Amino acid sequence: MQISTPKQLKELQQKFQDKDNKLVKKIIVCHGPGCLASGAEKIFEEFQQVLSKKKIKGVTLEALKKTGCHGLCEKAPLVAIEPAGILYTRVKPRLVEDIIEKTVKNDEVIPELLYQDPETKKRVEKYRDIKFYSHQTRIALRNLGHINTADIEDFIRVGGYQAMAKAITKMTPERIIDEVTKSGLRGRGGGGFSTGRKWATCRKVKDDTHYVICNGDEGDPGAFMDRAIMEGDPHSVLEGMIIAAFAVGARSGYIYVREEYPLAVVNLQIAIEQAREYGLLGESIFGTDFSFDIQINRGAGAFVCGESSALMKSVAGEVGEPRAKYIRSVVKGLYDKPTVLNNVETFANVPVIIDRGAKWFTGIGAPKNSGTKAFSLVGKVRNTGLIEVPMGTSLREIIYDIGGGLIDGRPFKAVQTGGPSGGCLPDSLLDSPVDFDSLTKAGSMMGSGGMIVMDDRTCMVDVAKYFLSFLVSESCGKCNPCREGLYQLYKLAVKVSEGRAEEDDLEKMEKLSDMIIIGSLCGLGKSGPNPFLSTVRYFREEYLAHIKEKKCPAGVCRELIRFEINDKCDGCTACILACAYNAITGKKKEPHVINQDLCTHCGACVTVCTRNAIDVI
Amino acid sequence: MKLDITKVPAIIDRHPRKASSLIMILQDIQKEYNYLPSEALHKTAEALDVPMSKVYSVATFYNAFSLKPRGEKVIRVCVGTACHIRGSRQIQEQFEHHLKIKPGETTPDMKYSLEVVGCVGACAMAPVVMINDKYYGTVKANRIKQLVGKG
Repeated sequence: MQISTPKQLKELQQKFQDKDNKLVKKIIVCHGPGCLASGAEKIFEEFQQVLSKKKIKGVTLEALKKTGCHGLCEKAPLVAIEPAGILYTRVKPRLVEDIIEKTVKNDEVIPELLYQDPETKKRVEKYRDIKFYSHQTRIALRNLGHINTADIEDFIRVGGYQAMAKAITKMTPERIIDEVTKSGLRGRGGGGFSTGRKWATCRKVKDDTHYVICNGDEGDPGAFMDRAIMEGDPHSVLEGMIIAAFAVGARSGYIYVREEYPLAVVNLQIAIEQAREYGLLGESIFGTDFSFDIQINRGAGAFVCGESSALMKSVAGEVGEPRAKYIRSVVKGLYDKPTVLNNVETFANVPVIIDRGAKWFTGIGAPKNSGTKAFSLVGKVRNTGLIEVPMGTSLREIIYDIGGGLIDGRPFKAVQTGGPSGGCLPDSLLDSPVDFDSLTKAGSMMGSGGMIVMDDRTCMVDVAKYFLSFLVSESCGKCNPCREGLYQLYKLAVKVSEGRAEEDDLEKMEKLSDMIIIGSLCGLGKSGPNPFLSTVRYFREEYLAHIKEKKCPAGVCRELIRFEINDKCDGCTACILACAYNAITGKKKEPHVINQDLCTHCGACVTVCTRNAIDVI
Repeated sequence: MKLDITKVPAIIDRHPRKASSLIMILQDIQKEYNYLPSEALHKTAEALDVPMSKVYSVATFYNAFSLKPRGEKVIRVCVGTACHIRGSRQIQEQFEHHLKIKPGETTPDMKYSLEVVGCVGACAMAPVVMINDKYYGTVKANRIKQLVGKG
């Protein structure tokens, strides 16, 4: 089936809609990252089996859908029943038959499976009424949870590829770029550079070859928005890339996907093949002289390859070392040709902007920060998951209204954004808006959208040490300030966490940070000290406690703490099993004892104790 | 056991004979053999007409490549930020304890390899462990023995 005119595309959409309208019920099994890690595939299989055994009028196997991430990963695995809009949480394979019998067949709701509001303790029937969802605005994630993953028919049904048809057949490249520029769309990968301006610069460079690259190397630990989009809605990414290619005059495109995301590669590949089959990729798209095709490059596990010039080296089959950017990659990028590089979420926004216009887009979000931003809300927060909110939403709203507050009602301590280049923000900044400029001003950054919530049991020195050790192992080693500077900074952070540091070590660390920021070649080094600088800026007293009192107030840094079992212990043996050092002994139903000589203070016992029977001293 | 590297030319032939295919060829070789055998690297260098030094630098730069044979089951403990603050270090130590190996090592019976990985993108289910291609979420330190058995 080759689509050669926009009219044909509309007719196809109608056809797929008619087909879809015939489905009286839809059973949507979420296949997002969280649900997959909680056994979604088994649940899907169980639905297939039960559905093919039972004959329910109007409900065939076609009613069963495998979609991308619904977002509420904390309650995974999730199953939604449409059109009623019921969301079932923590579904188990043995409950599938019940769901089919009661809800699908007889429209009966199973209350135990509904989401329970943590405050009111009420079960919420319609999932739009769940607070987690009602505060969100979904643009980049618009199709996740609604359409089958990597299914072009379902994508066309919801209006997919219409924006691209409009762009190619009704708009000039200049008008597209103008629209994207006016929309104020800024790069969602973290830099926040104007997408439209990037495209305009690239287009202006006179050359026989231009490239478009999608950066799917979501390397920030704690972030999975792009994974969810690539796996759950790959066609949106392709559509955005095709529009970009038409606008800048590119014939080839690349999607660079990180090695850790095998399913993203599979689904993108399926989507590319489907798009080729439908004539949406390839020669003479929509009967015009515009031709474009996309190839996938898998990363090989190097964080630095998220940096544009390193990524381009990696696409070319080389070691991913960044270069000095006296000339930007939009002018001289892949194979020294003008190249537009945007991340997954940015491309997923493009079709909507073309479809609904820049004016609509600027109506959402904050001044100079239009639109929305997707975040992975994780860490010590109740409702962990994937969210999308208008720019300018406050941290408090995200963490408390959407996230439902902290686990076990513990006090909030900090929220980390921006990955290893970002920082930790304290409770005094909870009311500040989340947008590119506000976060940078506060000493963190937007980054790609990881948002890790930390409670009073997270040590800020440990967090800084963690990020520094990550960066030390991921530094490519090309420039000295980053390779050696970060290593020395890491060693000093270890010294603090082990209680061996002097007060002037903090000053040394601050000076060293300045040097690394000034001297490093690329963003990895330039922003590498941020996790340290932001924690020392907002949590200096915690550093001083490690240095002066030789204490870790959060009870994390191993050299400064020890564990003791109190009289709440009921002898359940969970901690004995959890101890990798055989340091805990005791009989069942008798209080256990920790052998301090063998204990390494790792804290594994605390994570499994359900009785609060282990004290950190 | 003699290594059968006769499959290497066919793997190389799946890609354009350009230097830019290097990473993709190495990925396919590793998929086939679970690591990068030295003979295969030489054959790749020859076929693409790139110096062996370049093949070696690429093979050692990227974390995903291994120059040593790896076990049947590759256990990857995610140590991303969300996993870190929810106790991935303890999970890692449990695996070290049960398998008696450190990250980057393989058990002598070639059954298990232990690796740590920056982030597998299942942060909401932290801490996460991957055994080959399968994800395990909300892993508890007292369940590791069981998980090793499962893998």
